[in-house]
Amino acid sequence: MKKLINSVDSVVTDALRGIAAAHPSLRVDIENKVVFRADAPRPGKVGLVSGGGSGHEPLHGGFVGHGMLDAACPGEVFTSPVPDQLIEATKGVDGGAGVLHIVKNYTGDVLNFEMAAELSGDEGVEVATVLVNDDVAVQDSLFTAGRRGTGATLFVEKIAGALAETGAPLAEVARVAREVNERSRSFGVALTPCTVPAAGKPTFELSDTEIELGIGIHGEPGRTRAPLREAREIVRVAMDAIDADLPLSGETLVMVNGMGGTPLIELYIVFAEVEAYLRDKGATAVRSLVGNYVTSLDMQGFSVTTCSLTGELTRLWDAPVETPALRWGR
Amino acid sequence: MNTQFFAAWIEEIAAAVRAQRDHLTQLDAAIGDADHGANLDRGFTAAQEALAGASPQTPGALLVLVGSTLIRKVGGASGPLYGTAFREMGKAFGEAAEISPAELSTGLNAALSGVQRLGAAAEGDKTMVDALAPAAKALAQAVQDGLKPEEALEAAAAAAEQGARATVPLQARKGRASYLGPRSVGHEDPGAASTALLFGALKAAASR
Repeated sequence: MKKLINSVDSVVTDALRGIAAAHPSLRVDIENKVVFRADAPRPGKVGLVSGGGSGHEPLHGGFVGHGMLDAACPGEVFTSPVPDQLIEATKGVDGGAGVLHIVKNYTGDVLNFEMAAELSGDEGVEVATVLVNDDVAVQDSLFTAGRRGTGATLFVEKIAGALAETGAPLAEVARVAREVNERSRSFGVALTPCTVPAAGKPTFELSDTEIELGIGIHGEPGRTRAPLREAREIVRVAMDAIDADLPLSGETLVMVNGMGGTPLIELYIVFAEVEAYLRDKGATAVRSLVGNYVTSLDMQGFSVTTCSLTGELTRLWDAPVETPALRWGR
Repeated sequence: MNTQFFAAWIEEIAAAVRAQRDHLTQLDAAIGDADHGANLDRGFTAAQEALAGASPQTPGALLVLVGSTLIRKVGGASGPLYGTAFREMGKAFGEAAEISPAELSTGLNAALSGVQRLGAAAEGDKTMVDALAPAAKALAQAVQDGLKPEEALEAAAAAAEQGARATVPLQARKGRASYLGPRSVGHEDPGAASTALLFGALKAAASR
């Protein structure tokens, strides 16, 4: 394993020190592992808190700032944050209008956020929760852990963050966050596994001629293994899965997301195929993001996330945002 | 079984988890996210530090402190689940200074209920419940049969071990392994494996 680290045990803390040093618009509580907006809490504004395992950068710390999150809690690599962290963040962003927890649907994240919400409630902070579960590779069923939260998390954080910035009440911010999730779908593909620092070796083995279809964002293998094909063919598998679940139509927000180790030139090749697929279905990619946003350490591959837009959602997407990883309009 | 016995149990768990850290992580890499060994090692190391700092006076207080520390330090699903198991067991023990095998059995059932309430897993879902539930049943049976404490713990440990091994052919329906669908078959569940370690440590504490 080759990694730019000082030690396996200090990966998260050392990265937080870097984030603090690089971004004066953030206040980083290194002891409690919380990345705050420097001006949090904002009186009268709903606070947005997200969090999850580390290894998905820039998610979530890179999305803290004006028009998006008020605080992010990084856990250990691929491990959800602990309740203490989340409570610290929740109290630290509460400006009296309540706090929205944005939670990716994984058992660990759900349990730790639930405990934090309950304990923050005991301390007088009103908390609402939105679960993100956009990954169509996983069958949703009462008898499973349900779908994973992946790329749509960014859409939820951006759009709900924009609404919160206007002074909208907690119930409204939560409603729009849920609407974004319901209108979003994702599918991921891996060309290589990734290497978790504490494990020291790749999470699975894949030959030069194979890919994994239907991966999540934790280096886990996907639903199936398949031979490597042209980008066009791989995109078709991903988009067919999305379209079968929620037929693509109308104005669509599209993200082609790298898993951390994919060259941008390949992501643009993928985007061209995604755009053509949408056009074929009568849908239009009216807003787009291409880059590494919701990653899985050093994995090569991509995920595609679509969100069927409404006028309101497009306006909120276009609203100004100023965070380390996403900024426009200001 | 007094406070000292339960402190020894936690020591045995911490040692076993440290020794098996890489093994647990490898099991997790196969069907999860390769962090189970590291997370439990961090949690039980922290639990030992907390015990050294607070010196709880009863088995119940000790286990509640261990559980709270795991919830605070581990993260993931295993932190809240194991944390709840220890807290529920501790609460079931109340203020008692000495715990009989029958009381241990009651505590274990409370732990199992807590885990199932939080994680909503049933036996056969390929989770820690597949080791915890058989161990609880075996201990209850041993108590009913009037076995000696060491024999009762031996039976519980054997049942947990067998339960963990029996997760290999199962398809996961809960937790991160469930995302693999049929591909989760053929691997031992890391949570069931670590639960079996906990019962092995309980047996080891009894034979000290």
